[in-house]
Amino acid sequence: MFELLREDDPVRAIAAGAKATTAQQGADVRFIAGGTTLIDLMKLNVETPQKVVDVTHLPFGKIETLPDGGLKIGAMVRNSELAYHPIVRKDYAVLSEAILSGASTQLRNMATTAGNLLQRTRCMYFRDTAMRCNKREPGSGCDAITGVNRSLAILGTSEHCIATNPSDMNVALAALEATIHIQGTKGERSVPIGDFHLLPGNTPQRETVLEPGDLIIHVTLPPPAPGARSLYLKLRDRASYEFALASAAVVVSATGGKITRARVALGGVGTKPWRSPEAETELMGQAATEPVFRKAADAALREAKPQSQNGFKVELAKRCLVHALKLVTQTT
Amino acid sequence: MSDQNQRGEKSELEGGSEFGKSTRRTFLSRLGMAGLLVSTRPMIGEPARAESPAPSAPAIEGAIPVTLRVNGKKYDLQIDPRTTLLDCLREHLHLTGSKKGCDHGQCGACTVHVNGRRVNSCLCFAAMYQDHEITTIEGIGQPENLHPIQEAFVSHDAYQCGYCTSGQIMAAVAMLSEPCGPEDAEVKEFMSGNICRCGAYQNIVAAIQSVRQGTNKKKTA
Repeated sequence: MFELLREDDPVRAIAAGAKATTAQQGADVRFIAGGTTLIDLMKLNVETPQKVVDVTHLPFGKIETLPDGGLKIGAMVRNSELAYHPIVRKDYAVLSEAILSGASTQLRNMATTAGNLLQRTRCMYFRDTAMRCNKREPGSGCDAITGVNRSLAILGTSEHCIATNPSDMNVALAALEATIHIQGTKGERSVPIGDFHLLPGNTPQRETVLEPGDLIIHVTLPPPAPGARSLYLKLRDRASYEFALASAAVVVSATGGKITRARVALGGVGTKPWRSPEAETELMGQAATEPVFRKAADAALREAKPQSQNGFKVELAKRCLVHALKLVTQTT
Repeated sequence: MSDQNQRGEKSELEGGSEFGKSTRRTFLSRLGMAGLLVSTRPMIGEPARAESPAPSAPAIEGAIPVTLRVNGKKYDLQIDPRTTLLDCLREHLHLTGSKKGCDHGQCGACTVHVNGRRVNSCLCFAAMYQDHEITTIEGIGQPENLHPIQEAFVSHDAYQCGYCTSGQIMAAVAMLSEPCGPEDAEVKEFMSGNICRCGAYQNIVAAIQSVRQGTNKKKTA
Protein backbone atom coordinates (compact mmCIF):
# COMPACT_ATOMS: atom_id res chain seq x y z
CA MET A 1 0.00 0.00 0.00
CA PHE A 2 1.39 3.38 -1.04
CA GLU A 3 1.50 6.17 1.52
CA LEU A 4 2.04 9.89 0.99
CA LEU A 5 2.97 11.56 4.26
CA ARG A 6 3.38 15.27 4.91
CA GLU A 7 5.87 16.21 7.62
CA ASP A 8 6.30 19.80 8.78
CA ASP A 9 8.98 19.01 11.35
CA PRO A 10 12.49 18.02 10.15
CA VAL A 11 13.04 15.55 13.00
CA ARG A 12 9.85 13.68 12.16
CA ALA A 13 10.67 13.72 8.43
CA ILE A 14 14.13 12.34 9.18
CA ALA A 15 12.65 9.64 11.42
CA ALA A 16 10.30 8.62 8.60
CA GLY A 17 13.17 8.56 6.10
CA ALA A 18 15.39 6.58 8.48
CA LYS A 19 13.04 3.59 8.19
CA ALA A 20 14.24 3.08 4.62
CA THR A 21 16.60 0.21 3.88
CA THR A 22 18.62 2.49 1.60
CA ALA A 23 18.67 6.15 0.61
CA GLN A 24 19.98 5.16 -2.82
CA GLN A 25 18.45 3.52 -5.92
CA GLY A 26 15.30 1.59 -5.11
CA ALA A 27 14.65 3.25 -1.74
CA ASP A 28 11.40 2.14 -0.13
CA VAL A 29 10.97 5.54 1.53
CA ARG A 30 11.61 8.71 -0.47
CA PHE A 31 11.46 12.41 0.34
CA ILE A 32 9.59 14.45 -2.24
CA ALA A 33 9.86 18.17 -2.98
CA GLY A 34 9.42 19.34 -6.59
CA GLY A 35 8.70 15.81 -7.77
CA THR A 36 10.20 16.45 -11.19
CA THR A 37 12.57 13.48 -10.92
CA LEU A 38 10.79 11.17 -8.51
CA ILE A 39 7.30 11.19 -10.05
CA ASP A 40 8.81 10.84 -13.51
CA LEU A 41 10.78 7.76 -12.41
CA MET A 42 7.81 6.32 -10.48
CA LYS A 43 5.77 6.40 -13.69
CA LEU A 44 8.56 4.44 -15.37
CA ASN A 45 8.71 1.90 -12.50
CA VAL A 46 12.36 2.83 -12.01
CA GLU A 47 11.53 4.15 -8.53
CA THR A 48 8.93 2.21 -6.54
CA PRO A 49 8.79 3.72 -3.03
CA GLN A 50 6.10 2.46 -0.66
CA LYS A 51 6.19 5.66 1.33
CA VAL A 52 6.83 9.19 0.08
CA VAL A 53 7.43 11.98 2.58
CA ASP A 54 6.39 15.47 1.46
CA VAL A 55 9.11 17.80 2.78
CA THR A 56 7.98 20.97 0.99
CA HIS A 57 6.63 22.47 4.21
CA LEU A 58 9.92 22.18 6.11
CA PRO A 59 11.50 25.52 7.04
CA PHE A 60 14.31 25.41 4.45
CA GLY A 61 12.93 27.80 1.87
CA LYS A 62 15.13 30.86 2.32
CA ILE A 63 18.20 32.41 0.73
CA GLU A 64 20.29 34.29 3.30
CA THR A 65 23.65 36.03 3.32
CA LEU A 66 26.13 34.66 5.84
CA PRO A 67 28.24 36.75 8.26
CA ASP A 68 31.40 35.79 6.30
CA GLY A 69 29.85 37.19 3.09
CA GLY A 70 28.86 33.80 1.73
CA LEU A 71 25.38 32.62 0.83
CA LYS A 72 23.10 30.06 2.46
CA ILE A 73 20.58 28.48 0.11
CA GLY A 74 17.69 26.54 1.64
CA ALA A 75 17.11 23.00 0.40
CA MET A 76 13.52 23.84 -0.61
CA VAL A 77 14.35 27.00 -2.57
CA ARG A 78 12.90 26.57 -6.05
CA ASN A 79 15.43 26.67 -8.88
CA SER A 80 13.77 29.68 -10.55
CA GLU A 81 13.85 31.65 -7.31
CA LEU A 82 17.54 30.86 -6.84
CA ALA A 83 18.45 31.73 -10.44
CA TYR A 84 16.74 35.14 -10.27
CA HIS A 85 17.91 36.08 -6.77
CA PRO A 86 19.71 39.46 -7.06
CA ILE A 87 22.76 38.33 -5.05
CA VAL A 88 23.10 35.16 -7.11
CA ARG A 89 22.84 37.11 -10.38
CA LYS A 90 25.46 39.60 -9.21
CA ASP A 91 28.00 37.54 -7.23
CA TYR A 92 27.44 33.99 -8.46
CA ALA A 93 26.47 34.54 -12.11
CA VAL A 94 27.67 31.04 -13.05
CA LEU A 95 25.00 29.52 -10.80
CA SER A 96 22.20 31.68 -12.20
CA GLU A 97 23.27 30.95 -15.78
CA ALA A 98 23.62 27.21 -15.15
CA ILE A 99 20.15 26.90 -13.64
CA LEU A 100 18.52 28.98 -16.38
CA SER A 101 20.21 26.87 -19.06
CA GLY A 102 18.52 23.73 -17.76
CA ALA A 103 14.97 22.41 -18.13
CA SER A 104 12.03 24.76 -18.70
CA THR A 105 10.47 27.55 -16.64
CA GLN A 106 7.73 25.16 -15.51
CA LEU A 107 10.26 22.62 -14.23
CA ARG A 108 12.47 25.29 -12.63
CA ASN A 109 9.41 26.62 -10.78
CA MET A 110 8.99 23.16 -9.25
CA ALA A 111 12.53 21.80 -8.82
CA THR A 112 14.40 22.57 -5.58
CA THR A 113 18.04 22.99 -4.55
CA ALA A 114 18.18 19.61 -2.79
CA GLY A 115 16.21 17.88 -5.53
CA ASN A 116 18.53 19.17 -8.24
CA LEU A 117 21.54 17.90 -6.27
CA LEU A 118 19.87 14.48 -6.37
CA GLN A 119 18.72 14.68 -9.99
CA ARG A 120 19.05 11.25 -11.64
CA THR A 121 20.79 10.41 -14.87
CA ARG A 122 18.97 10.61 -18.21
CA CYS A 123 20.71 7.44 -19.44
CA MET A 124 17.93 5.73 -21.40
CA TYR A 125 19.04 2.30 -20.21
CA PHE A 126 18.52 3.42 -16.62
CA ARG A 127 15.08 4.81 -17.47
CA ASP A 128 13.87 1.72 -19.37
CA THR A 129 13.18 -1.32 -17.17
CA ALA A 130 13.41 -3.61 -20.22
CA MET A 131 17.14 -2.87 -20.43
CA ARG A 132 20.00 -4.09 -18.31
CA CYS A 133 21.36 -1.44 -15.96
CA ASN A 134 23.74 -1.88 -13.03
CA LYS A 135 22.55 1.36 -11.49
CA ARG A 136 18.89 0.33 -11.47
CA GLU A 137 19.50 -3.38 -10.89
CA PRO A 138 22.99 -4.06 -9.50
CA GLY A 139 24.77 -6.90 -11.21
CA SER A 140 22.44 -7.07 -14.22
CA GLY A 141 24.95 -5.55 -16.66
CA CYS A 142 25.17 -2.34 -18.66
CA ASP A 143 23.50 -2.21 -22.06
CA ALA A 144 24.68 1.38 -22.57
CA ILE A 145 28.34 0.43 -23.03
CA THR A 146 27.50 -1.62 -26.11
CA GLY A 147 24.45 0.45 -27.01
CA VAL A 148 23.43 4.00 -27.85
CA ASN A 149 25.89 5.94 -25.71
CA ARG A 150 26.31 9.20 -27.64
CA SER A 151 25.09 11.35 -24.73
CA LEU A 152 26.84 9.41 -21.97
CA ALA A 153 29.93 10.07 -19.88
CA ILE A 154 33.62 10.02 -20.81
CA LEU A 155 35.04 10.93 -17.39
CA GLY A 156 34.69 8.98 -14.15
CA THR A 157 33.15 5.94 -15.83
CA SER A 158 33.67 2.31 -14.89
CA GLU A 159 33.08 -0.97 -16.68
CA HIS A 160 29.77 -1.09 -14.77
CA CYS A 161 28.31 2.33 -15.53
CA ILE A 162 28.80 5.27 -17.90
CA ALA A 163 25.73 7.31 -16.92
CA THR A 164 26.12 11.10 -17.01
CA ASN A 165 25.13 13.37 -14.15
CA PRO A 166 22.55 15.54 -15.95
CA SER A 167 22.47 18.59 -13.67
CA ASP A 168 23.69 22.03 -14.76
CA MET A 169 23.28 23.51 -11.27
CA ASN A 170 25.64 20.91 -9.79
CA VAL A 171 28.41 21.89 -12.21
CA ALA A 172 28.19 25.52 -11.13
CA LEU A 173 28.11 24.48 -7.46
CA ALA A 174 31.28 22.44 -8.04
CA ALA A 175 33.09 25.46 -9.52
CA LEU A 176 31.83 27.61 -6.62
CA GLU A 177 33.07 25.06 -4.06
CA ALA A 178 29.69 24.71 -2.41
CA THR A 179 29.12 22.79 0.80
CA ILE A 180 26.12 20.50 1.29
CA HIS A 181 24.59 20.56 4.78
CA ILE A 182 22.84 17.39 5.84
CA GLN A 183 20.72 16.62 8.87
CA GLY A 184 20.34 12.97 9.81
CA THR A 185 19.47 10.74 12.73
CA LYS A 186 22.89 11.43 14.29
CA GLY A 187 22.77 15.22 13.90
CA GLU A 188 24.13 17.63 11.32
CA ARG A 189 27.15 17.31 9.07
CA SER A 190 28.53 19.15 6.07
CA VAL A 191 30.05 17.66 2.94
CA PRO A 192 32.00 19.53 0.24
CA ILE A 193 30.22 19.12 -3.09
CA GLY A 194 33.23 17.27 -4.52
CA ASP A 195 32.71 14.50 -1.95
CA PHE A 196 28.90 14.48 -2.11
CA HIS A 197 28.47 12.59 -5.39
CA LEU A 198 30.20 9.22 -5.78
CA LEU A 199 31.91 7.70 -8.78
CA PRO A 200 30.06 4.61 -10.05
CA GLY A 201 32.96 2.15 -9.58
CA ASN A 202 31.37 -1.24 -9.00
CA THR A 203 28.43 0.22 -7.03
CA PRO A 204 26.71 2.54 -9.53
CA GLN A 205 23.47 2.24 -7.54
CA ARG A 206 25.14 4.42 -4.89
CA GLU A 207 25.22 7.98 -6.22
CA THR A 208 25.73 10.10 -3.09
CA VAL A 209 26.93 9.83 0.50
CA LEU A 210 23.33 10.00 1.78
CA GLU A 211 22.16 7.35 4.25
CA PRO A 212 18.56 6.55 5.26
CA GLY A 213 17.03 9.55 7.03
CA ASP A 214 19.64 11.99 5.71
CA LEU A 215 17.95 15.21 4.66
CA ILE A 216 19.74 17.97 2.78
CA ILE A 217 18.79 21.14 4.66
CA HIS A 218 20.83 23.78 2.86
CA VAL A 219 23.79 24.52 0.62
CA THR A 220 26.35 27.20 1.44
CA LEU A 221 28.59 29.12 -0.93
CA PRO A 222 31.84 30.77 0.16
CA PRO A 223 32.06 34.55 -0.27
CA PRO A 224 32.66 35.53 -3.90
CA ALA A 225 36.41 35.47 -4.69
CA PRO A 226 37.80 39.01 -5.02
CA GLY A 227 37.72 40.25 -8.60
CA ALA A 228 36.33 36.96 -9.87
CA ARG A 229 34.14 36.69 -12.93
CA SER A 230 32.13 33.58 -13.58
CA LEU A 231 30.27 32.05 -16.48
CA TYR A 232 28.42 28.91 -17.57
CA LEU A 233 28.63 27.75 -21.17
CA LYS A 234 26.44 24.87 -22.31
CA LEU A 235 26.60 23.03 -25.64
CA ARG A 236 23.68 20.83 -26.69
CA ASP A 237 21.73 19.45 -29.61
CA ARG A 238 18.99 22.12 -29.36
CA ALA A 239 19.19 25.81 -28.49
CA SER A 240 17.01 25.32 -25.42
CA TYR A 241 15.41 22.69 -23.20
CA GLU A 242 18.04 20.01 -23.69
CA PHE A 243 20.69 18.34 -21.57
CA ALA A 244 24.34 19.26 -22.09
CA LEU A 245 26.61 17.33 -24.44
CA ALA A 246 29.35 19.36 -22.80
CA SER A 247 29.30 22.36 -20.50
CA ALA A 248 31.80 24.40 -18.54
CA ALA A 249 31.46 26.40 -15.32
CA VAL A 250 34.38 28.77 -14.80
CA VAL A 251 35.20 31.20 -12.00
CA VAL A 252 38.33 33.21 -12.81
CA SER A 253 40.20 36.12 -11.22
CA ALA A 254 42.82 37.89 -13.31
CA THR A 255 45.04 40.93 -12.75
CA GLY A 256 47.00 42.57 -15.53
CA GLY A 257 46.13 39.77 -17.93
CA LYS A 258 47.45 37.13 -15.53
CA ILE A 259 45.21 34.52 -13.94
CA THR A 260 45.46 34.65 -10.15
CA ARG A 261 42.73 32.13 -9.34
CA ALA A 262 40.69 29.69 -11.41
CA ARG A 263 37.96 27.18 -10.65
CA VAL A 264 36.80 24.90 -13.45
CA ALA A 265 34.04 22.28 -13.61
CA LEU A 266 32.62 20.41 -16.57
CA GLY A 267 29.10 19.08 -17.19
CA GLY A 268 27.62 16.59 -19.63
CA VAL A 269 30.83 14.56 -19.71
CA GLY A 270 31.21 13.16 -16.20
CA THR A 271 29.49 10.54 -14.08
CA LYS A 272 29.44 13.26 -11.42
CA PRO A 273 29.76 17.08 -11.63
CA TRP A 274 33.35 17.20 -12.89
CA ARG A 275 35.68 19.62 -11.11
CA SER A 276 39.05 19.76 -12.85
CA PRO A 277 41.97 20.63 -10.54
CA GLU A 278 44.24 19.66 -13.48
CA ALA A 279 42.87 22.51 -15.59
CA GLU A 280 43.04 24.92 -12.65
CA THR A 281 46.74 24.12 -12.13
CA GLU A 282 47.46 24.84 -15.81
CA LEU A 283 45.72 28.22 -15.56
CA MET A 284 47.18 29.40 -12.26
CA GLY A 285 49.63 32.27 -12.68
CA GLN A 286 49.47 32.07 -16.49
CA ALA A 287 48.53 34.71 -19.03
CA ALA A 288 44.87 34.66 -20.09
CA THR A 289 45.59 33.52 -23.64
CA GLU A 290 44.17 30.85 -25.91
CA PRO A 291 47.26 28.57 -25.86
CA VAL A 292 47.05 28.52 -22.05
CA PHE A 293 43.31 27.77 -22.19
CA ARG A 294 43.98 24.97 -24.64
CA LYS A 295 46.58 23.43 -22.32
CA ALA A 296 44.09 23.61 -19.46
CA ALA A 297 41.43 21.93 -21.61
CA ASP A 298 43.86 19.18 -22.65
CA ALA A 299 44.65 18.59 -18.98
CA ALA A 300 40.96 18.45 -18.05
CA LEU A 301 40.23 15.76 -20.65
CA ARG A 302 43.50 13.78 -20.36
CA GLU A 303 41.79 10.89 -18.58
CA ALA A 304 38.75 10.82 -20.88
CA LYS A 305 37.59 7.37 -21.98
CA PRO A 306 35.20 7.74 -24.89
CA GLN A 307 32.63 5.06 -25.71
CA SER A 308 31.71 3.82 -29.19
CA GLN A 309 29.54 6.84 -30.07
CA ASN A 310 30.72 9.73 -27.92
CA GLY A 311 34.33 10.27 -28.96
CA PHE A 312 33.32 13.70 -30.26
CA LYS A 313 32.72 14.79 -26.67
CA VAL A 314 36.44 14.91 -25.93
CA GLU A 315 37.11 17.70 -28.41
CA LEU A 316 33.70 19.31 -27.80
CA ALA A 317 34.36 19.58 -24.06
CA LYS A 318 37.82 21.03 -24.71
CA ARG A 319 36.47 23.68 -27.07
CA CYS A 320 33.65 24.40 -24.63
CA LEU A 321 36.13 25.06 -21.83
CA VAL A 322 38.46 27.14 -24.04
CA HIS A 323 35.54 29.28 -25.20
CA ALA A 324 34.20 29.72 -21.67
CA LEU A 325 37.65 30.84 -20.46
CA LYS A 326 37.95 33.27 -23.39
CA LEU A 327 34.56 34.80 -22.62
CA VAL A 328 35.13 35.09 -18.89
CA THR A 329 38.55 36.76 -19.24
CA GLN A 330 37.51 39.11 -22.06
CA THR A 331 38.09 42.71 -21.08
CA THR A 332 35.11 44.79 -22.03
CA MET B 1 -17.25 22.47 -19.27
CA SER B 2 -19.77 20.60 -17.15
CA ASP B 3 -22.38 23.19 -18.03
CA GLN B 4 -21.72 22.57 -21.67
CA ASN B 5 -22.03 18.83 -21.13
CA GLN B 6 -25.26 19.32 -19.32
CA ARG B 7 -26.67 21.37 -22.17
CA GLY B 8 -25.45 18.90 -24.77
CA GLU B 9 -26.92 15.89 -23.04
CA LYS B 10 -30.22 17.61 -22.36
CA SER B 11 -30.78 18.54 -25.97
CA GLU B 12 -30.09 14.97 -27.02
CA LEU B 13 -32.64 13.71 -24.53
CA GLU B 14 -35.10 16.10 -26.04
CA GLY B 15 -34.72 14.27 -29.30
CA GLY B 16 -32.24 16.48 -31.16
CA SER B 17 -29.93 15.02 -33.75
CA GLU B 18 -26.98 13.23 -32.14
CA PHE B 19 -24.44 14.54 -34.60
CA GLY B 20 -25.84 18.00 -34.79
CA LYS B 21 -25.94 18.78 -31.10
CA SER B 22 -23.57 16.60 -29.12
CA THR B 23 -20.11 17.97 -28.50
CA ARG B 24 -16.99 16.01 -29.29
CA ARG B 25 -16.56 15.36 -25.59
CA THR B 26 -20.08 14.05 -24.96
CA PHE B 27 -19.76 11.89 -28.06
CA LEU B 28 -16.44 10.46 -26.89
CA SER B 29 -17.62 9.88 -23.34
CA ARG B 30 -20.64 8.07 -24.79
CA LEU B 31 -18.23 5.78 -26.63
CA GLY B 32 -16.51 5.22 -23.31
CA MET B 33 -19.82 4.28 -21.71
CA ALA B 34 -20.49 1.79 -24.49
CA GLY B 35 -17.10 0.24 -23.74
CA LEU B 36 -18.06 -0.11 -20.11
CA LEU B 37 -21.36 -1.71 -21.00
CA VAL B 38 -19.78 -4.55 -22.92
CA SER B 39 -17.07 -5.10 -20.33
CA THR B 40 -17.67 -7.22 -17.26
CA ARG B 41 -16.93 -4.40 -14.85
CA PRO B 42 -19.91 -3.07 -12.92
CA MET B 43 -20.74 0.56 -13.57
CA ILE B 44 -20.98 1.71 -9.98
CA GLY B 45 -17.64 3.50 -10.27
CA GLU B 46 -18.80 5.69 -13.14
CA PRO B 47 -19.47 9.16 -11.79
CA ALA B 48 -22.65 10.93 -12.84
CA ARG B 49 -20.95 13.57 -14.93
CA ALA B 50 -23.85 15.79 -15.83
CA GLU B 51 -25.14 16.29 -12.30
CA SER B 52 -22.04 16.88 -10.24
CA PRO B 53 -19.03 18.88 -11.31
CA ALA B 54 -16.84 17.31 -8.64
CA PRO B 55 -18.01 13.83 -7.80
CA SER B 56 -16.10 12.05 -5.10
CA ALA B 57 -15.39 8.71 -6.68
CA PRO B 58 -16.25 5.94 -4.23
CA ALA B 59 -14.45 2.67 -3.62
CA ILE B 60 -10.90 3.70 -4.47
CA GLU B 61 -8.64 1.51 -2.37
CA GLY B 62 -6.33 3.58 -0.18
CA ALA B 63 -8.00 6.84 -1.14
CA ILE B 64 -7.26 9.89 0.99
CA PRO B 65 -9.29 13.05 1.52
CA VAL B 66 -7.94 15.97 -0.47
CA THR B 67 -9.23 19.53 -0.71
CA LEU B 68 -8.19 21.56 -3.72
CA ARG B 69 -8.84 25.15 -4.72
CA VAL B 70 -9.11 25.35 -8.48
CA ASN B 71 -10.13 28.51 -10.36
CA GLY B 72 -11.46 29.97 -7.11
CA LYS B 73 -13.67 26.97 -6.34
CA LYS B 74 -13.15 24.52 -3.51
CA TYR B 75 -13.36 20.79 -4.17
CA ASP B 76 -13.45 18.03 -1.54
CA LEU B 77 -12.26 14.77 -3.02
CA GLN B 78 -11.26 11.21 -2.17
CA ILE B 79 -8.33 10.23 -4.35
CA ASP B 80 -5.50 7.74 -4.57
CA PRO B 81 -2.47 9.57 -3.10
CA ARG B 82 -0.51 8.86 -6.30
CA THR B 83 -2.99 10.82 -8.40
CA THR B 84 -1.19 13.57 -10.26
CA LEU B 85 -2.64 17.03 -10.30
CA LEU B 86 -3.24 16.60 -14.04
CA ASP B 87 -5.21 13.37 -13.64
CA CYS B 88 -7.11 14.86 -10.72
CA LEU B 89 -8.13 17.90 -12.78
CA ARG B 90 -9.13 15.84 -15.80
CA GLU B 91 -10.60 12.67 -14.31
CA HIS B 92 -12.02 13.85 -10.99
CA LEU B 93 -12.92 17.50 -11.62
CA HIS B 94 -13.56 17.02 -15.35
CA LEU B 95 -11.56 20.13 -16.13
CA THR B 96 -10.29 18.66 -19.35
CA GLY B 97 -8.71 21.80 -20.76
CA SER B 98 -5.33 20.78 -19.31
CA LYS B 99 -3.97 18.13 -21.65
CA LYS B 100 -1.89 15.01 -21.15
CA GLY B 101 0.84 14.90 -23.77
CA CYS B 102 3.94 13.06 -22.59
CA ASP B 103 2.97 12.68 -18.90
CA HIS B 104 6.68 13.12 -18.01
CA GLY B 105 7.20 16.88 -17.83
CA GLN B 106 8.66 17.10 -21.31
CA CYS B 107 5.93 18.63 -23.47
CA GLY B 108 4.17 21.32 -21.41
CA ALA B 109 0.61 20.41 -22.53
CA CYS B 110 -0.39 19.99 -18.86
CA THR B 111 0.81 23.47 -17.79
CA VAL B 112 -1.29 25.05 -15.02
CA HIS B 113 -0.58 27.83 -12.52
CA VAL B 114 0.08 27.20 -8.85
CA ASN B 115 -0.12 30.49 -6.95
CA GLY B 116 0.43 32.26 -10.26
CA ARG B 117 3.53 30.29 -11.23
CA ARG B 118 3.44 27.83 -14.10
CA VAL B 119 4.15 24.16 -13.42
CA ASN B 120 3.81 20.80 -15.19
CA SER B 121 0.74 19.34 -13.49
CA CYS B 122 1.69 15.81 -14.65
CA LEU B 123 4.64 15.83 -12.21
CA CYS B 124 2.66 17.01 -9.16
CA PHE B 125 0.90 14.79 -6.67
CA ALA B 126 -2.47 16.53 -6.26
CA ALA B 127 -2.45 15.88 -2.50
CA MET B 128 0.65 18.09 -2.16
CA TYR B 129 -1.16 21.15 -3.53
CA GLN B 130 -3.95 21.54 -1.01
CA ASP B 131 -2.77 24.90 0.35
CA HIS B 132 -2.34 26.40 -3.08
CA GLU B 133 -4.38 28.38 -5.56
CA ILE B 134 -4.55 26.36 -8.76
CA THR B 135 -5.55 27.98 -12.03
CA THR B 136 -6.30 26.06 -15.21
CA ILE B 137 -7.16 27.21 -18.72
CA GLU B 138 -10.83 27.14 -17.63
CA GLY B 139 -10.02 29.87 -15.09
CA ILE B 140 -8.17 32.15 -17.49
CA GLY B 141 -10.97 33.22 -19.77
CA GLN B 142 -14.29 32.20 -21.23
CA PRO B 143 -15.45 32.17 -24.88
CA GLU B 144 -17.33 35.43 -24.35
CA ASN B 145 -14.57 36.98 -22.26
CA LEU B 146 -11.17 35.80 -23.48
CA HIS B 147 -7.85 36.57 -21.85
CA PRO B 148 -5.74 38.86 -24.09
CA ILE B 149 -3.36 35.94 -24.75
CA GLN B 150 -6.30 33.78 -25.85
CA GLU B 151 -7.55 36.57 -28.10
CA ALA B 152 -4.08 36.92 -29.60
CA PHE B 153 -3.81 33.17 -30.23
CA VAL B 154 -7.09 33.37 -32.16
CA SER B 155 -6.17 36.43 -34.19
CA HIS B 156 -2.68 35.10 -34.98
CA ASP B 157 -3.79 31.55 -35.80
CA ALA B 158 -1.33 30.33 -33.17
CA TYR B 159 -2.31 26.66 -33.37
CA GLN B 160 -3.17 23.93 -35.79
CA CYS B 161 -4.55 20.83 -34.07
CA GLY B 162 -4.96 22.69 -30.78
CA TYR B 163 -3.79 19.94 -28.45
CA CYS B 164 -0.86 21.88 -27.01
CA THR B 165 -2.73 25.19 -27.05
CA SER B 166 -4.08 25.31 -23.51
CA GLY B 167 -0.60 24.56 -22.19
CA GLN B 168 0.91 27.16 -24.53
CA ILE B 169 -1.60 29.75 -23.33
CA MET B 170 -1.03 28.96 -19.64
CA ALA B 171 2.73 29.23 -20.18
CA ALA B 172 2.35 32.49 -22.10
CA VAL B 173 0.04 34.05 -19.51
CA ALA B 174 2.54 33.26 -16.75
CA MET B 175 5.39 34.51 -18.92
CA LEU B 176 3.86 37.99 -19.00
CA SER B 177 4.94 38.45 -15.37
CA GLU B 178 8.36 36.79 -15.75
CA PRO B 179 11.65 38.60 -16.49
CA CYS B 180 11.65 37.91 -20.23
CA GLY B 181 13.51 40.29 -22.53
CA PRO B 182 11.82 42.02 -25.48
CA GLU B 183 13.24 39.93 -28.36
CA ASP B 184 11.54 37.03 -30.16
CA ALA B 185 14.54 34.85 -29.27
CA GLU B 186 13.88 35.49 -25.58
CA VAL B 187 10.21 34.57 -25.95
CA LYS B 188 11.27 31.34 -27.66
CA GLU B 189 13.60 30.55 -24.76
CA PHE B 190 10.88 31.25 -22.19
CA MET B 191 8.39 29.13 -24.14
CA SER B 192 10.77 26.23 -24.85
CA GLY B 193 9.05 23.97 -22.31
CA ASN B 194 5.96 23.82 -24.52
CA ILE B 195 6.24 21.59 -27.56
CA CYS B 196 3.95 22.02 -30.58
CA ARG B 197 3.91 18.95 -32.80
CA CYS B 198 2.21 20.94 -35.60
CA GLY B 199 4.96 23.53 -35.51
CA ALA B 200 2.85 26.64 -34.93
CA TYR B 201 5.80 28.27 -33.17
CA GLN B 202 6.07 31.34 -35.44
CA ASN B 203 2.48 32.33 -34.81
CA ILE B 204 2.68 31.51 -31.11
CA VAL B 205 5.63 33.89 -30.73
CA ALA B 206 3.81 36.53 -32.81
CA ALA B 207 0.67 36.19 -30.67
CA ILE B 208 2.61 36.57 -27.43
CA GLN B 209 4.62 39.51 -28.75
CA SER B 210 1.44 41.26 -29.89
CA VAL B 211 0.13 41.18 -26.33
CA ARG B 212 3.45 42.29 -24.84
CA GLN B 213 3.71 45.12 -27.34
CA GLY B 214 0.04 46.03 -27.10
CA THR B 215 -0.49 45.61 -30.82
CA ASN B 216 -2.98 42.76 -30.89
CA LYS B 217 -6.15 43.69 -32.72
CA LYS B 218 -9.33 42.28 -31.25
CA LYS B 219 -11.02 39.81 -33.52
CA THR B 220 -13.82 41.54 -35.36
CA ALA B 221 -16.62 39.20 -36.25
